Amino acid sequence: MTIAGQEHTAAVKTARLRIWRGTSRDNGRYQEYDVKFEDGDSVLDGLVRLRVDCDPSLAVRFSCFNANVCKECTMLIDGTVEYACIAKLQPRLMQLDPLPNLPIVRDLVTDTLSRKERF
Amino acid sequence: MSDELAVECDVLVVGGGGAGMFAAVAAARNGAQVLLLDKNVVGRGGATIMAQMTCASALGESEPDNPQLHLEDTLSAGRGLCNENLAAILCEGSPERIRELAGWNVNWARSEDGKINQVKAPGHSRKRCVYVDFLSTGAAICAALRNKTSRDGKIRRLSNVTVTDLVLRDGEIAGAVGIDVPTSAPVKIKCPAVILCTGGMTKMFQRTTASNNLCGEGIGLALRAGARIIDIEFLQFYPNGHLAPRMVGLDPTTWEPTRVKLGGRLLNGKGEEFLHRYGEAEGGSYDTARDILTTAIYKEVEAGRGSPHGGVFLSFQHIDEQKLKDALGPVIEIFERNNINLTRQAVEIFPIAHYQMGGVEVDSDLCSTVPGLYAAGEIAGGANGANRLSGNALPEAMVFGERAGAKAAQYSARNTTSRWDDKLAQPHVDLIRQTAERNSGDGPSPGRLMAEVKALMWGKVGAFRNGADLETARTRLRTMRQGDLDALTIAPEPGFNTSLVEWFELRNGLLAAEALASAALTREESRGAHQRDDFPAADDRFLANQRMQLEGNDLVSEFRKVRA
Ligand SMILES: Cc1cc2nc3c(=O)[nH]c(=O)nc-3n(C[C@H](O)[C@H](O)[C@H](O)COP(=O)(O)OP(=O)(O)OC[C@H]3O[C@@H](n4cnc5c(N)ncnc54)[C@H](O)[C@@H]3O)c2cc1C
Ligand code: FES
Repeated sequence: MTIAGQEHTAAVKTARLRIWRGTSRDNGRYQEYDVKFEDGDSVLDGLVRLRVDCDPSLAVRFSCFNANVCKECTMLIDGTVEYACIAKLQPRLMQLDPLPNLPIVRDLVTDTLSRKERF
Repeated sequence: MSDELAVECDVLVVGGGGAGMFAAVAAARNGAQVLLLDKNVVGRGGATIMAQMTCASALGESEPDNPQLHLEDTLSAGRGLCNENLAAILCEGSPERIRELAGWNVNWARSEDGKINQVKAPGHSRKRCVYVDFLSTGAAICAALRNKTSRDGKIRRLSNVTVTDLVLRDGEIAGAVGIDVPTSAPVKIKCPAVILCTGGMTKMFQRTTASNNLCGEGIGLALRAGARIIDIEFLQFYPNGHLAPRMVGLDPTTWEPTRVKLGGRLLNGKGEEFLHRYGEAEGGSYDTARDILTTAIYKEVEAGRGSPHGGVFLSFQHIDEQKLKDALGPVIEIFERNNINLTRQAVEIFPIAHYQMGGVEVDSDLCSTVPGLYAAGEIAGGANGANRLSGNALPEAMVFGERAGAKAAQYSARNTTSRWDDKLAQPHVDLIRQTAERNSGDGPSPGRLMAEVKALMWGKVGAFRNGADLETARTRLRTMRQGDLDALTIAPEPGFNTSLVEWFELRNGLLAAEALASAALTREESRGAHQRDDFPAADDRFLANQRMQLEGNDLVSEFRKVRA
């Protein structure tokens, strides 16, 4: 069955994401990507789309996906600790870094688990 | 890629949601050494932490109630297909688990006299559903169980380990194989008993309430181990799923508690009430069972009376602003952050994939048809039949988890001679290594194929189905499983390689998806959550459970009349 809704149109904007890629703070670089979005989309929406459409090697940790309960998607967004799933994409350059003061696993994923919960 | 890792335990629990954490606690208190694994983070990765609303339990604190009445409601919602034994275990076991959680510091909302508050959720005949304010029931349960499992010396918890295969010897469980996600190292786990608590498969649908980890891997694991699954065609669509405007910071199930609590009005695109056209009373009933509500919304949109984004409106505009604020508490700020003002605008909703009724066939010990293999929580089929009552999934996870843990511990105590043989595990370990090395081709990424699966499931295996669509979906899913999967390219990353994890999600999840499409095609009737446009009525010939198994490479099913 097809769902016939009236057409809806929203303006498509572009965010430029400058993302830390690497396995430690000394071993890595920034990579930039353009991500299309509509008003209201979150940074995590952009990262998930980017992994599917353009770079599946990007590492990012999340689970509940915009519900903001798992608390796994924390990262630095323009230098401030934020949840990527509720921070909104903006039509400008946005810099994404892994959380400070924690070992980097890869890219935006830091080691947030207690030692005894890992191999 | 790193060297192999090897561990041993009496009971392996796969998946750390409500079912898995309760299973671990119960197995440990029955003497077992337990390994509790989650591909994400124990206690955070699944649906349990996301469950905002209520948990059904015949405590009889808000009004007289008993498990027998709860059972009657559950059976009637299940449209004739419930396994009555399992449903009874759920209803009888719920009060004990709720009180146990209270002892572990879950602050159930209480009235001034200290009694636990119970509300009447749709489909229940009594005020039966308990909750933690505001919308944090699942989070509170998970916090308590995370705490409990971390303090128990008999439980080892490992996060970011995904299970990819079960290891069998002569048709019985010998252990499992998985991947340590941070290092991509293969992991070998020797154990006589495994409890699958991997939750549902709703991530396989484009629009879903699920977390990122719920793609039916447990169903694939069970089928490939030779276990039977049951009634997998029944997948619940949550009627009031948020559709528009874009909202982040709250999951899309938000509106049901709000609607029930405050009496939100459902209106079609023309601003008219419509539930009465589908057999409900004028004025918007809040009692409507989920399958009926989903039908009403679909049909209204199909008739061309949808809202701009193809759903219907939910309006709270008739409700006093202060009353809204009191009822919503801190949640109203989240609406504000998303520029949603409920006193001035209606939101749009549409049914969204939410919960899987079918699953692994289990007996009343939660044991599957494979000795040593147990299943609990959403992945266990049978208790909810063709449609689940609101609030019944959390007690299902907790009661079944606890019971499976105890039974699996007893089983492992009786089966102390290890069946493990490295040779049997080797092909599974090799598959992980070979897959990680598929970096050079120009095939699409697993994420791409997953996106196609989600669109296909949403478009052709949704809440309203027909033979032609189901056939197309089944054929395509089968080709994906037997062809596309081998042509995918994996990112060449040594650690935290999500594309490797996604490849294994697809390997097991595609089997689950194909099982669903295939079972939906064979059930030529409409019942509960399974609605066929080409067979719009319930048919007594199908008052039967559909049991399915993997034979060679084929999914084969048969119907069997419902028995208690
Ligand atoms: C948004 C939302 C709201 C809900 N609200 C309610 C409610 O109010 N009341 C109610 O009764 N029910 C509700 N439900 C349903 C209920 O939450 C679930 O059915 C229940 O929590 C399932 O528990 P579980 O332990 O079986 O699975 P989950 O809690 O989903 O846990 C499964 C775990 O298994 C892990 N896993 C999966 N595959 C693997 C693998 N291969 N290897 C290792 N780990 C793996 C996952 O990472 C996850 O952590 C809701 C569901 C959702 C999505
Ligand atoms: S993805 Fe769960 S909190 Fe952001």
